[in-house]
Amino acid sequence: MAEGQQEHPLKVYFWIWTLLFVFSTFSYLVDYFNFQGYLRWTLIIVFMLLKAGFIIAIFMHMAWERLALIYAILGPPVVLLLLIGLMAVEGDYTVLTRLNYFGEDTTEYVGHGEAAEH
Amino acid sequence: MAHDATVAGQSTDPGMKGLVDDWASDRQTFHVPWGKAMMWIFLLSDTFIFTCFLTGYMNVRSSTRVQWPLPSEVFALDVAGVTVPLLLIAIMTFVLITSSGTMALAVNMGYRRDRAKTAALMFVTAAFGAIFVGMQAFEWSKLIIEEGVRPWGNPMGAPQFGSFFFMITGFHGLHVSIGVIYLAVVAIKVLRGDYESRGYEIVEITGLYWHFVDLVWVFIFAFFYLW
Repeated sequence: MAEGQQEHPLKVYFWIWTLLFVFSTFSYLVDYFNFQGYLRWTLIIVFMLLKAGFIIAIFMHMAWERLALIYAILGPPVVLLLLIGLMAVEGDYTVLTRLNYFGEDTTEYVGHGEAAEH
Repeated sequence: MAHDATVAGQSTDPGMKGLVDDWASDRQTFHVPWGKAMMWIFLLSDTFIFTCFLTGYMNVRSSTRVQWPLPSEVFALDVAGVTVPLLLIAIMTFVLITSSGTMALAVNMGYRRDRAKTAALMFVTAAFGAIFVGMQAFEWSKLIIEEGVRPWGNPMGAPQFGSFFFMITGFHGLHVSIGVIYLAVVAIKVLRGDYESRGYEIVEITGLYWHFVDLVWVFIFAFFYLW
């Protein structure tokens, strides 16, 4: 195999392909059966991470790359977790401030089919 | 140095030892074609862009006092009189996964130097991508014309819903559209035999971009449509 060339048995791809279909079906079913609360959020995140992991590791061949490339690509996005954490805290603070000054929202929405008036 | 495993001055040690070797001595760090390293770095930058979009969406959705429109209802489709939640989005997800599978096979056929099959699989991938964009156009027009969703408001709830929907899915749709063109161009060049002497890494590089588009959709599907 030449340098940097990624050739693997087709069987691997078919397996991952099938798994991606299965996990997508599962995550759709989370909505279809209308799971709510922490169960819903946990299932969504688990299926999302499984799908993302398989796509990156197998379809994008990251599992067979050398560590120098893996760390250079997968390392930097870790700082994004800090951004997400900060913005989650900020969102919480903002909504509490708004509720404090403006109170609960009392607007009634009429549902589908009506034109936007905002 | 005697115990270092090297081939032509290049470390072949696996794991941490290999990581240090690869970075430590004034040499090429990534033992992949330069185009592949560049594509990975581009995708890294794109990761930051999409994460910023989704983080902005999270911040706005969590800080609004107004109820966020329920995606399950907004994106429901009526099939034979029955309302099925998120049906179109589920089909779009399956279309994109199917295209990722055909792309993975195209990369494999490329390295086997089977030009006809490589190009055929790439065209199939591009076709699925085009179908995805078509369905997205249908979704957008349904939301804009029938549901009255605008970037500044909608009849279902929080007015920011529209701006995030159009920005996030629009940017993703743009990536898919560019990918379709990219795939078609490379497939034609494969068919012509342009890569016979240079090798077929280009198919894998195109594949990286395409799989990334699918990857982003996994996150959009989870956070925008299912949450």
